[in-house]
Amino acid sequence: MSQSVMDATQAAAQAVVQTGAQDLADPFILSFTVFVLAIFVGYHVVWTVTPALHTPLMSVTNAISSIIIVGAILAAGPLEMTLGTVLGLVAVGLAAVNIFGGFMVTQRMLAMFKKRQ
Amino acid sequence: MSANMVALAYLIAAVLIIFALKGLSSPVSSRRGNLFGMIGMLIAVVVTLQLPGVHNYAWIFAALAVGGLIGGSVARKIPMTHMPQLVAFMHSLVGLAAVLIAVSAFYDPAAYGIADASGGLHLSSRIELFLGTFIGAITFTASIVAFAKLQGLVSGRPVTFNGQHLLNLLLGLVMIGAGVVFCMDQSWEAFLLMLAIALVLGVLLIIPIGGADMPVIVSMLNSYSGWAAAGIGFTLSNNMLIIAGALVGSSGAILSYIMCKAMNRSLFNVLLGGFGGQAVAGGSAESADQRPVNAGSAEDAAFLLQNANSVVIVPGYGLAVARAQHALKEVVDKLIASGVKVRFAIHPVAGRMPGHMNVLLAEADVPYDIVCEMDEINPEFAETDVALVLGANDVTNPAAKTDPTCPIYGMPILDVEKAEHILVVKRSLSVGYAGLDNDIFYMDKTMMLFDDAKKACEAILKSLD
Repeated sequence: MSQSVMDATQAAAQAVVQTGAQDLADPFILSFTVFVLAIFVGYHVVWTVTPALHTPLMSVTNAISSIIIVGAILAAGPLEMTLGTVLGLVAVGLAAVNIFGGFMVTQRMLAMFKKRQ
Repeated sequence: MSANMVALAYLIAAVLIIFALKGLSSPVSSRRGNLFGMIGMLIAVVVTLQLPGVHNYAWIFAALAVGGLIGGSVARKIPMTHMPQLVAFMHSLVGLAAVLIAVSAFYDPAAYGIADASGGLHLSSRIELFLGTFIGAITFTASIVAFAKLQGLVSGRPVTFNGQHLLNLLLGLVMIGAGVVFCMDQSWEAFLLMLAIALVLGVLLIIPIGGADMPVIVSMLNSYSGWAAAGIGFTLSNNMLIIAGALVGSSGAILSYIMCKAMNRSLFNVLLGGFGGQAVAGGSAESADQRPVNAGSAEDAAFLLQNANSVVIVPGYGLAVARAQHALKEVVDKLIASGVKVRFAIHPVAGRMPGHMNVLLAEADVPYDIVCEMDEINPEFAETDVALVLGANDVTNPAAKTDPTCPIYGMPILDVEKAEHILVVKRSLSVGYAGLDNDIFYMDKTMMLFDDAKKACEAILKSLD
């Protein structure tokens, strides 16, 4: 990973430790810190993706953004069937379509890329 | 599992997902990367399933099984030409899932552990919920429209009307207003109004955008789906969702940027829409019928190709529409066997989404190391004997370099006109997406082969024996 990202990560980690010692930072600020750093990581990693694989990149990111299945499972968690649980279950199903579909179609595409014999 | 263990497991999952993206830097490492991604996702799901608030296993597994079966069977059967539609469809699912989760979180904050003392939501949670909901809703309907356009269910032509942008602006303001009211009083009325307007806005934002700009739109919606996931991550204070969402969000943003640059358009200009709706007057469009062309037969084309030292093939989406990839691959095999150096030149917007043409060629067993990107191949056209243009038009139009009045002026193109001979396979002298005529059709060194790409490839193949 590039030096700038490393520096930013260290600085942020230090900032988090320091604020934590005095008074606790709002959880939102901590999440926001993670968010901004993750954008930097994403930026640097995605530029290394070869243009030939941009379509698999999109299909795999489809699968990855379906990580919201975590939220869907929490919503569907309670045993009592309410509107909230039902919506959660539907969301689990939708996210599952993407997770299985996204990873499998990516695998299928990547298997096609072969070198000259 | 303790809360710390859960957080660490999520961290591992997030790192594995970063490896999945990193693997795509080369076709060699990509399959292993994808496996990492799957493992990361599996860890995330398993860890979440064992959390204390999750009891409804029978139903959750049923939903997983149904979704997984549908997703898996679609992934196995979908033709590669339909990838843009599939991706757009999947974006819409992410958007819809985000909306459902947000509604559910608002309905029962306690299930997420984000309820305040009175059972309502904290102000910060309301803001996050507002953002997650409207981004999800816009992603959902916008992707549905993009899917319908790509699938041909509705016309790919841009739909424009007077006051369109003003209407969108007004709706946007009302939506934000409703969102602010929701953040203050957490009323269902404000929430549903905001949601409804966001759903309508998603449609209105995409209808003015023409078929040629779809690669940008699909990439942009890819980005939105990531931000929607990150928004839900904020609501749940779950760092893994935030990381994954941010990765996808920046990935889509970069792809949008690359696509815009490849068309020399600004994102703003694409979003305003209306491009590619009507044939552009001026330029050389009117005189098209009068100018003489050299038309040749498949035998002539085969002769030209066989006697060349080096051939560069420029495939466009027309090749995929005609399903000519496999026939073309056989032509390439024959040429290589007789000692001709053959390569493919791929313009970034050659297909209907970023990298689409590479996948279509890979599907036809074309080895990826003879498939070159634009920057890589452009300096080589001057030393190329024959440039074979198949179903591509605008991306080879030299007017983009020379004519400041033409709509694609400034767009980077493949320098086909520098090759010693140009062979163009095209069904007729019709204009491309941008509604432009192409000067390379009328050059002395150009031979036109008027035929469907597949029939042309088959005829050339026969003549090569």
